[in-house]
Amino acid sequence: MAAYNTIAFHADRCDGCGDCMTACARAKTASDSPRRARLQVLADGAGSFGLAMCRQCADPECVPNCPAAALRKNTETGIIEWDQAKCVNCLLCTVGCSYAGIVLDEVAGHVVKCDQCGGDPACVRTCGNGALEYLSTARIYNEVGALEDLFVPGLAGCQGCNTELLMRHTLRRVGPDTVLAAPPGCVPGMGAVGYNGMTGTKVPVFHPLLTNTAAMLAGVKRVYKRKGREVTALALAGDGGAADVGFQSLSGAAERGEEMLFLVIDNEGYMNTGMQRSSCTPYGAWTTTTPVGRESLGKSQDAKNLPLLMVGHRCAYVATASTAFMTDFYAKLDNALQASKRGFAYLHVYSPCTTGWRFPPRKNIEVARKAVESNFVVLWEYTPEAGLKLTHPVDDPAPVKEYLEALGKYRHLTSEQIAHIEHHIVANVAAVKQQASAQP
Amino acid sequence: MLKSEITQIMVMERTDYLIAGASHAALAAMHAIRLVDADGSLTVVGRDRKLPYSPTALPYVVSGRSDSNLVFLRDDAYFALARTSYRCGHALVRVEPANRIAELDDGSRLQFGKLLLATGARPVIPSIPGFEAVPYHVLRTLDDALRLRAELPRTRHAIVLGAGLIGMHAAENLSKSGARVTIIELQGQVLPGYFDAEAAAIIAGAFERDGHVTIHTDTRVIAAEAGPQGVVLRLQGGPPVTGDLLLVGAGVAPVVDFLSGSGIRCDRGILVDASMRTSVEGIWAAGDVAQAASFYDARPVLNGILPNAVEQGRIAGMDMAGDRTLQGYRGAVPLNTYSYFGRHAVSVGSATAPPGAEIIVRSDADAERYLKIILDEGRLHGIFAINTPLDAGVMWQLVRRRTDLTPLRDRFLAQPREAGRALMSRLWR
Repeated sequence: MAAYNTIAFHADRCDGCGDCMTACARAKTASDSPRRARLQVLADGAGSFGLAMCRQCADPECVPNCPAAALRKNTETGIIEWDQAKCVNCLLCTVGCSYAGIVLDEVAGHVVKCDQCGGDPACVRTCGNGALEYLSTARIYNEVGALEDLFVPGLAGCQGCNTELLMRHTLRRVGPDTVLAAPPGCVPGMGAVGYNGMTGTKVPVFHPLLTNTAAMLAGVKRVYKRKGREVTALALAGDGGAADVGFQSLSGAAERGEEMLFLVIDNEGYMNTGMQRSSCTPYGAWTTTTPVGRESLGKSQDAKNLPLLMVGHRCAYVATASTAFMTDFYAKLDNALQASKRGFAYLHVYSPCTTGWRFPPRKNIEVARKAVESNFVVLWEYTPEAGLKLTHPVDDPAPVKEYLEALGKYRHLTSEQIAHIEHHIVANVAAVKQQASAQP
Repeated sequence: MLKSEITQIMVMERTDYLIAGASHAALAAMHAIRLVDADGSLTVVGRDRKLPYSPTALPYVVSGRSDSNLVFLRDDAYFALARTSYRCGHALVRVEPANRIAELDDGSRLQFGKLLLATGARPVIPSIPGFEAVPYHVLRTLDDALRLRAELPRTRHAIVLGAGLIGMHAAENLSKSGARVTIIELQGQVLPGYFDAEAAAIIAGAFERDGHVTIHTDTRVIAAEAGPQGVVLRLQGGPPVTGDLLLVGAGVAPVVDFLSGSGIRCDRGILVDASMRTSVEGIWAAGDVAQAASFYDARPVLNGILPNAVEQGRIAGMDMAGDRTLQGYRGAVPLNTYSYFGRHAVSVGSATAPPGAEIIVRSDADAERYLKIILDEGRLHGIFAINTPLDAGVMWQLVRRRTDLTPLRDRFLAQPREAGRALMSRLWR
């Protein structure tokens, strides 16, 4: 069973300009008449806009209402296809549709419906507000889902932790010709390296020191290269290992342009060993080494922006990602994988920690999304050729208080501390945007 | 017990789900069952020795618009994929609920876990003196359609008995193939039950102008006989009508002749509840054969239209398979779409206005445009349109959801299509 691409409508970004309808009419009818478009944007009488359009239903009602077998759901593409040669123009399909997705075009004299323009919808291309979006998430299910899971079953993460998802999906995509480095942290802690002489992966895996991950991996990759074998050198590291004691070897490998994919799972601390602070722990956060009491109110320094530091190394590829935006993550993983064939690729994934950040396990993805929507973290990608580009710009961020209030590690924050964090977010976004505006 | 009886019981075929019928209700039920139960054995028994097709497509086979080889709704590969045994060319003749046995016209007996009766309807032949001796056509099966199609080139004067959808479609086809056509209708207008008299007059006008069709409404046939020029119908209070082809489109009646002795309650059709269950456990009914509650007053009604068959079939299938997402039948709403001579007509809901209802009519007989909206306490009761595009599915939803139109009343009355779309796009969010 395949998954399908879809056209999503974000009502909150629609201003009703109607350009999408004109574009559709041009693409489909060689006219400019919005009335003839396959999608209809409508003022809904409640101050915003609605969309009438074929939703390419999984279990469509129009198809069984056709007496002439002129409609069918294409199980390859997901599109509900209309066959003009078979259509008898009875309009019974329109009775089945509750969305006005298949309608009579009076000029054409028959029913019409959206076919997503074969994968490049004219309406989406035209929408300048991002109100229409062509979601190709289906690719993840169809392509990546078919790839082999290269970790053993039964990894033991904390309840609600999304790192297992991240590890398994990453290694699936990177593939079997991989040598994996898993330095101390949650990744080997879950059993990725293995137990009792058995590995936890179906690819060669090793467990370097916190300090020498990038150096060891660089050496391994060079040996394979000398032997003429094409392998991907992959590191799945934590933020502590990468930003603190591991930073020297990371910086060195990046500077030398060693060909590897270095993926950092940033849970803002040494969560595996008892939730100590790292240089990626944000200001104000409670950890066991930045306690909350009479003398201390959580961490008193701001987090180091490790991915921006990597941009400073002019790596072949640097990007930030979030587990709440998996399509964005997959696109970046593909880009990083390609870049790792020619140089150092660095991918920094923000990964909320249910145990160390003190929030209910079921809220992991919600917390990750709130971090992005409040600009607490910023999603972008960088190459030396194209410079830095925001991949999910948030121009109207949600109040960061909503994000902070979701997490137990910020429960103690004073209003001064919250003001500090708000200020830091503005400064951080400004720093990223300054980098984005710089010439590559 | 005789040895032969024992053998018969031992070899009796068993199926978890048995569906009698192979058109829209049956296929919708089969689909719904397979969404939930991939493994239960499923048998579909169709009367016609053909792949499933829709009676609604037949007028287009007659006209030649549809290729009779391309109207089939499913193919063998579909049944194979759904692991369903499709037995065509067999009719159900008897049901024994106590033993859960269904008997087919070839004498074979099937034991079922659950049975859906989706046997549809067949044409009603009016009881007119002499009718049994005259040749006539009906239009319910693909063979009927092919027979009628073969007659078109040599038909010079056709008589169509009944101005329902089948009669009107056939009259249009016959007229387009060059025949002179006379329609005889017992009631006072064409398409009774779908459109009011004013709309019906606009439709009849198009037939008379574009098709040169003669329409006699309020007309009873008192006798039929075969004459040298063909069939002669004697009319009450008028000269007789002679034609070389007679088509009977005087309505249909549920196929229920297999019910006797089954104990399944039947009025004009098989009585069902909101889950399409009949009065007998383990047996469901759906589509043209079923008589379910009306949306408007909960009285059991026949509602022999395609979308209704699809909905009832789906509900029956879901209930048979134990689909927990099932929402019961919300009641029969009469509705239809009708295209004729290049015009489009849509009717959704009841044309009978309740007391105190607000009725808005916009009519332009010259432009053949018509729009009638019936609002009952601010909610859509029915809407009827000619050459005024409407999204029938959206209107159906507004009726059955009893959506309060008061906040958008003026906009809805001015532009029902646009206002309906706007309303529904919000109701879905």
